[in-house]
Amino acid sequence: MSDMSTETPRAERVSHAIARDVTLPGGAGTLVLVTIDNGLDHTKPTTLGPLGMAELTETLTALQARAAAGEIVAVAVTGKPYYLAAGADLTQIGSVPGREGALQLGQNGHRAYELLHTMGVPTFAFVNGVALGGGLELALNCDYRTVASDVRALALPETGLGLVPGWGGAYIVPRLVGVEKALDVILTRPAANKPFAAVEATTIGLMDVVLDPADFLEESIRWAARVVTGEVVVPRRELDSAEVWDGVVAAARQRLDAVIHRSRPAPYRALDLVAAARTASRAEAFAAEDEALADLIMSDEMRASVYAFGLVSGGKKPVGAPDRSLAQPVTRVGIVGAGLMAAQIAMLFAQRLGVPVVMRDLDQERVDKGLAAVRSSVDRLTSTGRMSESAASRLIGSIHGTTDLAEFAACDLVIEAVTEILDLKKKVFAELETVISPTTILATNTSALSVTAMAADLQHPERVVGLHFFNPVAAMPLVEVVQAEKTSLEALATGFAVAAKLRKTAVLVADRPGFVVNRLLVLLLGVIVDAVEKGTPVEVADRALRPLGLPMPPFELFDLVGPAVGLHVLTSLREELGDRFPRSPGLEKLVAEGTTVVLPAKAKGLPKPVDPAIQAAFTETTGTPLDEAGVLDSVLTALTVEVGHMLAEGVVATPQQIDLCMILGAGWGFHLGGLTPYLDRTGYSERVLGRRILPDGVANVPA
Amino acid sequence: MPTASPRPAALVRRVVFVDGVRTPFGRARKDGLYAHTRADDLSVKTVRELLRRHPELPPERIDEVAIAATTQQGDQGLTLGRTVGVLAGLPRSVPGYAIDRMCAGAMTAVTSTAAAIGFGAQDVALAGGVEHMGHHPMGFDADPNPRFLSERLVANDALNMGVTAENLHDKFPALTRERADAYGVASQDKYAAALAAGKIDPDLVPVALRDPENGWGLATADEPPRPGTTVEAIQKLPTPFRAGGRVTAGTAAPLTDGAASCLLAAEETAAELGLPTRMRLVSFAYAGVEPEIMGIGPVPATVKALDRAGLSIEDIGLFEINEAFAVQVLSFLDAFGIADDDPRVNQYGGAIAVGHPLASSGVRLMTQLARQFEENPDVRFGLTTMCVGLGQGGTVIWENPHHADYEPFEGKTK
Repeated sequence: MSDMSTETPRAERVSHAIARDVTLPGGAGTLVLVTIDNGLDHTKPTTLGPLGMAELTETLTALQARAAAGEIVAVAVTGKPYYLAAGADLTQIGSVPGREGALQLGQNGHRAYELLHTMGVPTFAFVNGVALGGGLELALNCDYRTVASDVRALALPETGLGLVPGWGGAYIVPRLVGVEKALDVILTRPAANKPFAAVEATTIGLMDVVLDPADFLEESIRWAARVVTGEVVVPRRELDSAEVWDGVVAAARQRLDAVIHRSRPAPYRALDLVAAARTASRAEAFAAEDEALADLIMSDEMRASVYAFGLVSGGKKPVGAPDRSLAQPVTRVGIVGAGLMAAQIAMLFAQRLGVPVVMRDLDQERVDKGLAAVRSSVDRLTSTGRMSESAASRLIGSIHGTTDLAEFAACDLVIEAVTEILDLKKKVFAELETVISPTTILATNTSALSVTAMAADLQHPERVVGLHFFNPVAAMPLVEVVQAEKTSLEALATGFAVAAKLRKTAVLVADRPGFVVNRLLVLLLGVIVDAVEKGTPVEVADRALRPLGLPMPPFELFDLVGPAVGLHVLTSLREELGDRFPRSPGLEKLVAEGTTVVLPAKAKGLPKPVDPAIQAAFTETTGTPLDEAGVLDSVLTALTVEVGHMLAEGVVATPQQIDLCMILGAGWGFHLGGLTPYLDRTGYSERVLGRRILPDGVANVPA
Repeated sequence: MPTASPRPAALVRRVVFVDGVRTPFGRARKDGLYAHTRADDLSVKTVRELLRRHPELPPERIDEVAIAATTQQGDQGLTLGRTVGVLAGLPRSVPGYAIDRMCAGAMTAVTSTAAAIGFGAQDVALAGGVEHMGHHPMGFDADPNPRFLSERLVANDALNMGVTAENLHDKFPALTRERADAYGVASQDKYAAALAAGKIDPDLVPVALRDPENGWGLATADEPPRPGTTVEAIQKLPTPFRAGGRVTAGTAAPLTDGAASCLLAAEETAAELGLPTRMRLVSFAYAGVEPEIMGIGPVPATVKALDRAGLSIEDIGLFEINEAFAVQVLSFLDAFGIADDDPRVNQYGGAIAVGHPLASSGVRLMTQLARQFEENPDVRFGLTTMCVGLGQGGTVIWENPHHADYEPFEGKTK
């Protein structure tokens, strides 16, 4: 169950179940085609709420009677254009008041879908479009499934949303595709946010036959007729042996423990359901699904996930962005610098904006290096078939390298991505002003420096805006759009417009050091190394944050950011914001010696543990060593304090914006709601700030 | 009487009709079958069905896609032959164009591509037409040149087809309302009999349809026919085109949505690929007449086509005449001395019953003639003919490959 649309609580968009008789070819009899349709256009995905589920039950019950009377030979369900169904209505689930209601929600779904299993005549799903969560389970409960070859969103994302596939998914999927693939469908894909496309889903057995979209429904009906007449027989796999089943489940459990460390219950509950599904009866299995759903719907993790999902969905309409009409057209982009970040930005702009990009550095050698970086990224894309040769040559052709500043003259937007030294960036902007037009927008990719200071001495400081990208630029979905003291509405609007065209979620942030993501992440790292400075073993510090289920442990994050960069930002934040950002001689030593702080991961996808040897760098220990709980407490306390400061300083307009940044910029989990829901539900905000950050019930089960 | 298949001129290749299909026809109304279905999608379904019925035809061997529509805008715009080809999943290498001769659009798509095949420029072609008269009412948005009227080139009501039908009644007093009514009823009866005998369904491709209130359904049968129509029932119908006139809804084709397509091939290519030959093209002709009596157009067109084929009207064993109006069919029959109820004419009924989605009807006539050829191996030649708005007629003469005297293609003549 799960889905795609959550906004502020609203009435259920009822999906109707409309039945219509269809005469099967070849005198095969009458099939009843049930269309699931909420009567709205494709911008409002079909979702399944209590009223819609009741209507489906009513429709299917009537058809069961017709089947018993011998009037019909088959029943099929399909959806309005582009959707079978996007799943259960999350806004409804997220506002269920008590466990009894939550239990009913699961039971009602099962009651409706079970009719597809006990119809008395063969049942079919004609999967014409998106089928997610409860939408896919609608299809899975049918006897047979056709799918249009253009469908790309087939998934059971429940475990990523704090739920389990509880309308039959946990029981049916392992029977259809085998237990190993089932765990891919139920656990791995949701974590990677990677749905199945039609062909792949059919290859593993989730769907029975792929048909061309041009006459998908006609051919689905024809195929159904051949199934009804026995001309087509769909083979089903045998149940995996107990040995295979238990082995696969045990391995999956180990992996869960290694990656998410019981930080959230949903994946474990799903795994438990799959584990029991082999020997459980259908009724037992479905009852277990209902219980799991009821428990999870009443969990703070699930409520935080619904909140997070809503933030991410709504993030496409940025809060506080000026009117779009103020944005200036961008037809040519300049990038100052040809380093790693610059090359990535150049590539993204050329690709998504489709405009010429000029990349400039001081000497030809650096320019060539930047261009070579672009070329090798493009080669990687073409060699894996993710980019066509012609798209590649257009991309390469649209990125031009130069050492001549004058080539920026015709650019509408110039972004600087040079070393993080304020005077250097000021010099770059001052030079640029001698060649560019008075209306050209200047953007900086600084991660922690003051954009206001950077613009201060310019003739037109109002043209400067911050566009803070995250590494790797192509993959990270967030851009922090920084409004400096004098940033004009036009420059700001252009920043948002560009971010949208780059398909990034933009969050408006004030010109405060580290903005949102770096301020919190670097603080976290600072507190971790500070604990080590106090004599805490590095392994203890590295393990301490496991209960949060972050995408990686702290020292792996250090390694990813680069210890030197981390230290640089930590130092600059301390200078700007004070000693909350601790000094760490041990870290300085590690950076000076160029030490790698982590060991290799034991297997792909597993975290990289800290190298215990780096303990040696922390020699001047002062204070008291902490245990894991102590380290976690100090990190959460520090984060809470910082969030309080950030909200007081107006870094962002609302706590929701902090959460959105942490989800998209740092990959923090939906189950945490980003950050503030977790601080609220664990009592940190009350303890540290004397108040909740979000109102009760917004991202938790209300008291 | 010719004793051998008329031989084409030197260097002209023989062209065969491989197969044809159509969508069920729908009433062009707000609550009609296809009210919520796109015209181009209708055409796509026919093309895909042809390909499905002929797996022996490698799609890349199709050299041309010609699709007709009278109103080439909206869902019938953007060069139908090309859009339909792409939407139907034909290889991108297959070209296509749109074509218009109003009611004879699909017929012209057939003769134009057949001419190209005969000339040797193409081997295989897809030809067809579509008209969604619900989305594109006749003449809607047209901007006739004012000179038509100011210079009296055309009478001001010559663009109203019903009026031209009334004009035909005026011109030929022998064509009475009684004869027209009887013809209209017969058309319904013949269609109903053909349907019951299973002669209609094999040429249809089912079309999935959706409307927001009723969900998805499947069109499997024609919507326009009114089985059980009696002379008594229609003789009291009003005459909308002229007070005290003779033309009624019972003797005119209803406004219709639908599409039809066919496959044509050089006879030698059909042999090479194993494609069936359901008819062989003998000759075709178009002729112009006074726009005010456009319904007479099939007469001169047929005379020309017969002349070119070296045949006479007696050689024709089966007629598929488009029934825009009963009076127009009767004027044709009178011109050639054929009885109103001659069994050679429109065996499955005609457009008065099944409907007339303008630019697609030509291929419907051919597809039905092909089926009748199979049923009547004793018939050597048949013709398809239709009248065209603004005063034209078109006729295509076909030879029955099932006839004993048919000389099939042998060997290479390239």
